[in-house]
Amino acid sequence: MSLKHIDLLICCGSGCISAGALKIKERFHEVLKEHSATNEVNIIETGCMGPCDYGPVMVVYPEGIFYKKVTPDDVEEIVTEHFIKGRPVTRLMLQEDDKTFSAQKDVPFYQKQIKVALENCGYINPESLEEYIATGGYEALGKVLIEMKPQDVINEIKASGLRGRGGGGFPTHIKWQMVHDKKDDEKYVICNGDEGDPGAFMDRSILEGDPHRILEGMMIAAYAMGASMGFFYIRAEYPLAIKRIKTAISQAKELGLMGDNIFDTDFCFDAEVRTGAGAFVCGEETALIHSIEGERGNPTPKPPYPAVKGLWGKPTVVNNVETFGNIPTIFLKGAKWFASMGTEKSPGTKVFALTGDIRNTGLVEVPMGTTLRELIFDVGGGMIGDHKFKAVQLGGPSGGCLTVEHLDTGVDYESLKERGSMMGSGGVIVMNEEKCMVNVARFFMEFCVEESCGKCSPCRIGLKQMLTVLDRITNGHGREGDIEELQRLGESISKLSLCGLGQTAPNPVLSTIRYFRDEYEAHIRDRSCATKVCNDLMHYDIDKDRCIGCSLCARNCPVDCISGSREEKYTIHQVDCIKCGNCFDVCPVKAIDKLPGMHPDVVAHRSELSKAVNQYEDL
Amino acid sequence: MKTLADLKKIREKAQEDLKLRGGNVRIKIVVGMGTSGIAMGAREVMKTFLEEIAARNLSDVLVTQTGEKGLSSMEPVVDLIEEGKPKVTYGNMNPDKVKKVVVEHIVNGRVVSDYVVATGD
Ligand SMILES: Cc1cc2nc3c(=O)[nH]c(=O)nc-3n(C[C@H](O)[C@H](O)[C@H](O)COP(=O)(O)O)c2cc1C
Ligand code: SF4
Ligand code: SF4
Ligand code: FES
Repeated sequence: MSLKHIDLLICCGSGCISAGALKIKERFHEVLKEHSATNEVNIIETGCMGPCDYGPVMVVYPEGIFYKKVTPDDVEEIVTEHFIKGRPVTRLMLQEDDKTFSAQKDVPFYQKQIKVALENCGYINPESLEEYIATGGYEALGKVLIEMKPQDVINEIKASGLRGRGGGGFPTHIKWQMVHDKKDDEKYVICNGDEGDPGAFMDRSILEGDPHRILEGMMIAAYAMGASMGFFYIRAEYPLAIKRIKTAISQAKELGLMGDNIFDTDFCFDAEVRTGAGAFVCGEETALIHSIEGERGNPTPKPPYPAVKGLWGKPTVVNNVETFGNIPTIFLKGAKWFASMGTEKSPGTKVFALTGDIRNTGLVEVPMGTTLRELIFDVGGGMIGDHKFKAVQLGGPSGGCLTVEHLDTGVDYESLKERGSMMGSGGVIVMNEEKCMVNVARFFMEFCVEESCGKCSPCRIGLKQMLTVLDRITNGHGREGDIEELQRLGESISKLSLCGLGQTAPNPVLSTIRYFRDEYEAHIRDRSCATKVCNDLMHYDIDKDRCIGCSLCARNCPVDCISGSREEKYTIHQVDCIKCGNCFDVCPVKAIDKLPGMHPDVVAHRSELSKAVNQYEDL
Repeated sequence: MKTLADLKKIREKAQEDLKLRGGNVRIKIVVGMGTSGIAMGAREVMKTFLEEIAARNLSDVLVTQTGEKGLSSMEPVVDLIEEGKPKVTYGNMNPDKVKKVVVEHIVNGRVVSDYVVATGD
């Protein structure tokens, strides 16, 4: 026991670290020392607490006071007022609509959340095995090893209805059963921590915030299947996650929770970390396996499934980080408890990384079946500013977008798929009315073209062709029939590609065509991007009535395409304009407008050019 | 570490370290830290509570502080909050009185009525 009467939990998740959490932690050490109060406060670094947008965030126990956007200058006040005099600092608490939320549990962001995989994330010190054990850690493993047969373990997972959180939603028990039933001297279990989708940080946060949970989940899986060796495949861009898992492994070994005859049973287990170079395709399980084997990370056809012929030809289970994260709790609280959350076909909860144009970006966990409206407007706090919700992209580059009409759809595997989107691993990108959907589709397509491993031609060549069509639509050269061309290409690439990357890469394009066809049509027929995102399909224009002839725009134009005089006022030579926006920004009287549509001068100029090209080709 | 009992031992010890974050708390001691409370020695009172509780290994007792207190004439003021019982408020506390409250009230369950200035909410 100690004299410490305060636990200060400082979020040291990636979001808060980039907002300066480590400096704040140092400052606390200094200030506490100055006030000779070092022996009164435990300073604990935790993983992501969730509301990353409020970062750096911290929670002070025993009261559970939540502080947000703390700066090093605030530390002195927190120490002298709160720690020494017991008066929490109201101005650093969350204040919304005239209400102050002092305790973390009252903050609206947490209200609709239920944390299973994220239970300890932001609550315990991820580098302390003792803290994990204090929350019930490794009890599930002990219970499983001592009291259950491998088949019982699989049956319990079956009863829980757990489905893979890595994207596909494949029932976890089926995979485990397949490996369990194969007789072989070696079997492997792999944790997929590749997480390649842009905007996703769920798995990273869990690995950083509660590594022992993943290790425990993996060991339970290994016992159920008869594996004695596991690999964590984590991308090299996640050094902290790698460090934390390595620490967890050595701590578990030291205490005898890993190694030979765990809990005095016949079960022996060891695990290693393998780092991936950060290719999206390496998250695909066969590519991942080849990468661990030291081969190129290219997918191979399935069957054979990894469960039959996986790592070094041996039966192997690949599960996602979050999938493993659910396992210990299923055994502690029971399959029934787990299945009582979520929907019938998609039980349990799902972790999402909320990003985009919403107020509370961050890491959340909600029961399956929660509607998009609750996710975006209640948990996510709604749109920033006065902007309107336009669309939400789920499942990253493999997923699809949904619109206002889908806001009351519950998030579960089937509902999302029916509507042309998918659960994916949990990336949620929320977009406001300023986003051009054609441009969004082009962004994801470009990502997939870059990430295609090139092994099979539908993906390598087909996606590139789709990108070419999208390029031409967004730069004002779209043609009649381009939409149909995209659909035709997309559908055949989905059918013919070897792996999931190619099979799903057309989804963002197909879903935006499905729900925003008019935007594609306006881009092609009217040469107009209503959101003014596509440079070639918008223009700047100076309103002579408002222009005062100050010449500021002309002097700031990098290509000298503005001319005029005080009397004549100023004019943009549209054909030469590169849409840098300088003039728009500098005009002191806001006489310059940003307008949708290609300027008629540019249309005329382009048709002259193409005539010349055609004549040349006719010769 | 070989059995579930071994694990349980580690867990119980570890849970003590997590007590402040909402463990098994039987009695909560709230020390009033208003300006006058501090002037009258509230920090000494809190420290004595912490020391006495640590010395006796009372792992289910939590000491916390509050900045808002209304009984300025009787500072330092301390509330003892026990599940299912009315709140007891002690006033004009000092380290010696704290020691007595710890032995009598917290360990033996007998309210030290001489120091009580209020009960209930
Ligand atoms: C291109 C591509 C990328 C993938 N990336 C990941 C990933 O980053 N993490 C992951 O867990 N699964 C990823 N998957 C899915 C895996 O192939 C595999 O289905 C999953 O790891 C199985 O785990 P689960 O059953 O627990 O979901 C990806 C699949 C494809 C086709
Ligand atoms: S679909 Fe694409 S990523 Fe997958 S194997 Fe074929 S080329 Fe490679
Ligand atoms: S947008 Fe840029 S290039 Fe175009 S007229 Fe203005 S300053 Fe010149
Ligand atoms: S990183 Fe601190 S809340 Fe997410």
